[in-house]
Amino acid sequence: MPHETSSEVRRPMSDVGREPAGANLPSVRRRLIVATTAFGALACIACLAAPLVGPTPIHLWRVFDRTIAFRDNVDAQIFFIARLPRALAGALVGSALAASGVVFQALLRNPLATPFTLGVSAGAALGAILAITFPLALAALPVPAVPLASFAGSLFAVGIVYALATARRLGLSTHVLLLAGVTLNAFFSALILFVQYSADQSQTVRTVRWLMGDLDVATYTPILAALPFTLVAFAAFAWLPRSLNLLAVGTDAAAARGVDVLRTQRLAFFSASLATGAAVSLGGPIGFIGIVVPHLVRLLVGSDHRIVLPSSALFGAGFLVACDVLARTLLAPIELPVGIVTAMIGGPFFLWLLVRQGGGR
Amino acid sequence: MNARWSSVVGRWALALSERSESKGLVAGAGARLAAGARSLEPGAFVDRAAFVLALAAVSCLLACGAPSRDRDADRSRPPTRIISLVPAATEMLFAMGAGPRVIAVSSFDHYPPPVEALPRVGALLDPDIERIIALRPDLVVLFEGQVELREKLAQAGIRVFVYPRPTLADIVTTLRSLGRQVGLGERADREADAIESQLDAVRQKVKGLPPPRTMLVIGREPGTLRNIFVSGGLGFLSDALTIAGGANVFGSVRRENLQVTTEAILASQPDVIVEVVASQPWRAADIEREKHVWDTLPSLPAVRNHRVYLLMGDEFVTPGPRIVQGARELSDVLHGTHATTR
Repeated sequence: MPHETSSEVRRPMSDVGREPAGANLPSVRRRLIVATTAFGALACIACLAAPLVGPTPIHLWRVFDRTIAFRDNVDAQIFFIARLPRALAGALVGSALAASGVVFQALLRNPLATPFTLGVSAGAALGAILAITFPLALAALPVPAVPLASFAGSLFAVGIVYALATARRLGLSTHVLLLAGVTLNAFFSALILFVQYSADQSQTVRTVRWLMGDLDVATYTPILAALPFTLVAFAAFAWLPRSLNLLAVGTDAAAARGVDVLRTQRLAFFSASLATGAAVSLGGPIGFIGIVVPHLVRLLVGSDHRIVLPSSALFGAGFLVACDVLARTLLAPIELPVGIVTAMIGGPFFLWLLVRQGGGR
Repeated sequence: MNARWSSVVGRWALALSERSESKGLVAGAGARLAAGARSLEPGAFVDRAAFVLALAAVSCLLACGAPSRDRDADRSRPPTRIISLVPAATEMLFAMGAGPRVIAVSSFDHYPPPVEALPRVGALLDPDIERIIALRPDLVVLFEGQVELREKLAQAGIRVFVYPRPTLADIVTTLRSLGRQVGLGERADREADAIESQLDAVRQKVKGLPPPRTMLVIGREPGTLRNIFVSGGLGFLSDALTIAGGANVFGSVRRENLQVTTEAILASQPDVIVEVVASQPWRAADIEREKHVWDTLPSLPAVRNHRVYLLMGDEFVTPGPRIVQGARELSDVLHGTHATTR
């Protein structure tokens, strides 16, 4: 199969080939420890600091004062209802999107791939928008309909893309995967516009708002609902880095070195899609995390997936939590959609990175 | 664009030819020409577009030269075939007794009941220009933002009434001017006076009562406290809340609506939460469940004192004569049933 990406485009990963995997374990382990400690500390600081920051002044001693009943304790409620769930949701969504970004970029051997490239988010968006526009159909459910519908939509999209990519040959064609995903994105977007256009105006506002991403979950239930899927996906990610390093060189080279290419691709595709679907159903399609974070991390720690993958997950968590603090404080009491914040910070940053990388060679 | 334009001309010419048999020859030619323009191949169309357009323009001029005097006479006469794309304006027209003259409404019109039988001609984003012209209206009520539609109707020589984006005070002003426009100025003035005095009555009933700090929720994801949109200090709904004797907790935000964070709600500590839901056929069980969603925020006085209300009905989203009803319902939940006079 001809490479769909030129060597120039996939440069960020190409230097992996120079170091034989497994030959320099002690050094990798040391770098892994340094990187995960640093990024882990960053994520922890973000998660701990975020609930303390906000437009309303609260006193920490009052938050944890057991003598005041929780129902009367406004400070505790702001801390535990308004801020902490947001920080946790941000950490979960940020790490899921950043890690899936890394996996998709390696799987598709394309640095421009994002968690949303293969139509997962478009399927999720279609599901969510159908649930918003036709609320009666799902009103009888005991759980909120929108996250459920969006998760179902993402699974639907994943199923279609996988079926297409495996339809004509024995292997999993990343070429078809990419084209099918991009086409499905466009097709779902058209369906979304159609549903939006036939909805009434208040529903249209809500669907547009959903597409901007939102972490103000107010309860822990949606986080707990998304958590198991994310954990399963992360457990799968733990198997991937070494194979992804070899896949980045090429499928033939990887196969020659004993990688079960099809199994790796399948595992990467489904686990990253699962993490993305869970993240989108929790926080909406928050853009730029899945592309900016992996590239920034590669810039800092090199392109060995054994280090990039955990580092990206940790940095993604910290980055989104920080962006969400801005989202809820900048225009307070008005909520600024967090997707706008990530795009506004991520967009210019990514361009700077692009120019800098180009100039550095 | 060209094809669309010529199709408009064609439709209009056809409408003219229906109206007056004597001018049928010219108008029919215009229509055939426009139809021809539509059926051309794309390449040929580009080549001959200018020629066809020029011919269409000439035939248009020929066709409208003759009836122009009739239409000038039309303008002084009150309109008898009215199309309203604005639900609030439809209600005003029916209130002033012009209901029988309304021949078509928007796809969002549901009040008063007779409108259900009328043809629908689209709405704010998707007005069906062809149907509107084919229905031969002599007045079209449309939104301020529908600039393109206004231009097309001007080309077709159809009068328009532009409905301004309203505050509560604008409702009666618009009612009066719309009344003058349709020749029912006196009736409309009476209606407007009645609305003003009824609103005054609501205001008097709550006079001297301490205004509860109220959060007016206009949108939220059902079953959760996510994506909460509330009324800011601008717009007819916030005005109605003030008349009904409530103090909008987000009144200082100079916007019609805003999305608020859970934190902002906790910090603002509203005494009363009123959620308005426009025409959604919820069952009693749904309403009960939706009210209890707020129990997640137990420190709010509104939640603690069981003062969360769900008000349903499109009078809360339609800035028309029924705003009186809306203000009464609001004052009911804010100050008890004594405020109701109906």
